[in-house]
Amino acid sequence: MSDKSKEIAKQSGAYSDHEYDAGLRVIHEDAVANPGIEPHRVRMTDKSVKHEKNAVRQVAAFFTLSMLGSALALYAYFAFPISEDLTTVRLNTLYLGVGITLGLLGIGIGAVHWAKTLMPDNEVSEERHLTRGSDEKRAAAIEIINLANQESGFSRRKLIRRTLYGSLALFPLPGIILFADLGPSLGDKLRHTAWKQGTRLTKDPYGSPIKASEVTIGSVFHVIPEGLMPGEENYLEEKAKAAVLLVRVDPEILIETEERASWSYQGIVAYSKICTHVGCPVALYEQQTHHLLCPCHQSTFDLVDGCKVIFGPATRSLPQLPISVDAEGYLIAQSDFHEPVGPSFWDRSVQQ
Amino acid sequence: MSNTANTQKKNGFLAGTANYVDERVGVGGILKEFGRKIFPDHWSFMLGEVALYSFLVLLLSGTFLTFFFQPSMTDVIYDGVYAPLKGAHMSIAYASSLDITFEVRGGLLMRQVHHWSALLFVAAAGLHMLRVFFTGAFRKPREINWVVGFVLFVLGMAAGFTGYSLPDDLLSGNGLRIIDGMIKGVPFIGTGISSLLFGGEFPGHAIVGRLYSLHIMLVPALILVFLAVHLFMLVIHKHTHYSGPGRKDTNVVGYPLMPVYVAKAGGFFFIVFGVIMLIATFFTINPIWNYGGYDPSPVSAGTQPDWYIGWLDGALRLAPTGIEFMIGDYTVSTNILLPLVVSLVFLALVAIYPFVENWVTGDKREHHVLDRPRNAPVRTAIGAAGVMFYAVLWAGASTDLIATNFKMSLNQVLVTMQISLIILPIVAFLVTKRVCLSLQRKDREIAIHGRESGRIVRLPHGEYIEVHEPLDPHDLYKLVDFKDYKPTLARPNAQGKITVAARLRSSLSKFYFEDRIAPATQTEIDEAAHHAHEIEAEVQKAIESSK
Repeated sequence: MSDKSKEIAKQSGAYSDHEYDAGLRVIHEDAVANPGIEPHRVRMTDKSVKHEKNAVRQVAAFFTLSMLGSALALYAYFAFPISEDLTTVRLNTLYLGVGITLGLLGIGIGAVHWAKTLMPDNEVSEERHLTRGSDEKRAAAIEIINLANQESGFSRRKLIRRTLYGSLALFPLPGIILFADLGPSLGDKLRHTAWKQGTRLTKDPYGSPIKASEVTIGSVFHVIPEGLMPGEENYLEEKAKAAVLLVRVDPEILIETEERASWSYQGIVAYSKICTHVGCPVALYEQQTHHLLCPCHQSTFDLVDGCKVIFGPATRSLPQLPISVDAEGYLIAQSDFHEPVGPSFWDRSVQQ
Repeated sequence: MSNTANTQKKNGFLAGTANYVDERVGVGGILKEFGRKIFPDHWSFMLGEVALYSFLVLLLSGTFLTFFFQPSMTDVIYDGVYAPLKGAHMSIAYASSLDITFEVRGGLLMRQVHHWSALLFVAAAGLHMLRVFFTGAFRKPREINWVVGFVLFVLGMAAGFTGYSLPDDLLSGNGLRIIDGMIKGVPFIGTGISSLLFGGEFPGHAIVGRLYSLHIMLVPALILVFLAVHLFMLVIHKHTHYSGPGRKDTNVVGYPLMPVYVAKAGGFFFIVFGVIMLIATFFTINPIWNYGGYDPSPVSAGTQPDWYIGWLDGALRLAPTGIEFMIGDYTVSTNILLPLVVSLVFLALVAIYPFVENWVTGDKREHHVLDRPRNAPVRTAIGAAGVMFYAVLWAGASTDLIATNFKMSLNQVLVTMQISLIILPIVAFLVTKRVCLSLQRKDREIAIHGRESGRIVRLPHGEYIEVHEPLDPHDLYKLVDFKDYKPTLARPNAQGKITVAARLRSSLSKFYFEDRIAPATQTEIDEAAHHAHEIEAEVQKAIESSK
């Protein structure tokens, strides 16, 4: 490089003590020279005592406002207690919040205003130094590492080094295995629900049984198995698998495979409410189109055609619960679902 | 020494305290080193500050909440003041969240402060990342700090999600249900991981307590550690500054830490805190009492995740229908894996970008002067494409709301989003690159010919021209001070072979720099000025002769 280009390189960011490769960068020898920091513009507060005094008053006013705000917050804490009446929560939040807000903003705006109007605003330039250590420092560092290596024999004593690596690799494993007891193996729990042969279909959440005769065409029931009561052990786990949606449609339009012909009762069909995508409740029923829509990711299932997926990210149909009626005319399950409900998992189709 | 005692007396309390501390902590040296450190000034440098301060607000408000919140999923019958839920079964976690809201003075306010500052924290961190990206602040020596910042952003999302799940209300339970469904979709280990996380079957009785440990201990501790590293490196590198007169890669121009930045940054903490408090006072966030405790069965249509989870939820929604398939008896949930992989790849690309660009330019120098986005057209265009990709995924999480609010078909909205996810980033890339190049040309034009004076002159031979006036050298320098790169050819290595890597680098360098606009040089400016003088002389002559 010529002297001039070196000078330009220096101006455009190269350091004198170490030369880095500039890669594909084009260094223009006739680049425009850096004119240096712009001359300082004097502020009103710098040249006029009146403005300066005003600024001082403004800053003090903000700090005073802050004090008043904090005092308001303290007052509001006691003056607006909360009670059974929920409007008291609103008032408590409002006055406490406004007080604290003023307390904070007063300090903040005051301090910034102080800095901007009264503290010097002359731009100052400070030298940077290369991030890398100087050559002497680096040499000294390498010297230390070499010395440590020599004294410990880290490179020389292969046996120690290799056994150390081995022990370091193994020691975390017990720590990891300790976490295995975080959860039991699920076994076949994902394959069974609370539905059994003869379990009555009951309304969610009150648990009253449903007569087939009260299910009119087009009506929808959110259903749980009889005997599943809130507060019981595993209530939510069972409900998360057993929730069912019950709909009656005109038997004429119901498309049923031969195998499932006996799973419905006079146009009443029951399907798992747990989406086969990621498990949200598929609870939106469109009466006109007979579509079931999952509110989370919009998977759409055709209720009259075996709840097949017609849109959205799900792939599998919703599992059907085979139903019939008991002697008293109440709807009952013929059996459990014939396949695991809810989101897909790796071995869901493997026969156990 | 009696001398010290004398000075103490003379200068009063402040000097006495300073002396006391220095004799025990040696703080004098630290102050000498850092007290007058120079920080450059620009509004965009405050984005990172906003993130830092909202994290502090999170620590403060979160600590308050831990004193009242009980992370237990044991079933209780609610007997608090909120009448609509009286007598309902719910978890202790949800009941204690209701108690904070309705029975602790300022409890609702603190809950809202915590939630709003969480939203602000991730937003400010994201904007800060965009600022760093678009100005090239990630270049050497700051590549590693970019990765640290990236980790902070991911940790921010993790902190947000673990916190969102704690109140155990209907929405947070549904969020966990989706997480459970996604985990179960992972081949081989999905069900096992789900059981380990939930302590058995979903929802179980363990998850809130476990997320609580993560949310109040592990995740914030990690954030603090990475934050410390992030700021430590900031001190080591010193802050970048925008290009301008007097700014060089070898200096830093700005104002001293003491007193200007102590006042400005310290004051700004109170402003950020105050604004969060203002929002929390007037705007409800996450009204957990509306939908009741978690129950796997009820409907919750039109609900939205917190904004920073939106892009992941959108990715789930945009997966095409029916792509799950079977290998023998085993189910491959592509409808979950595809969004998962796409999101992870997107994040990975964000993390490694500085190293890619550095490999292409081969520029190993330290860069402390920031680029104006227009002066790195391809980088800016890549960033715009990435923002667009993220934005479409994010909008994808609201397909149902878009459809219902604008009376459109949900199916069409979703299909439009799927197509947009591919098309719009490409459009954004092309448009942004062209806009940048045009702005560069405009800058070059102004730098060489000066600014338009509005003075139209007719020359003797009939031509009309507008007279341009040269720029002030300080204004000029802003337009011409940027780094200029040109594409390289693939060159053979020592063995005489052209490696695949060399070819790739060559084509990438072409991709980046083939349309480059070089900065105006002094020679070009001088020539133009000379030409302008000739015209001016001609004008003067014409005026003289017409007299």
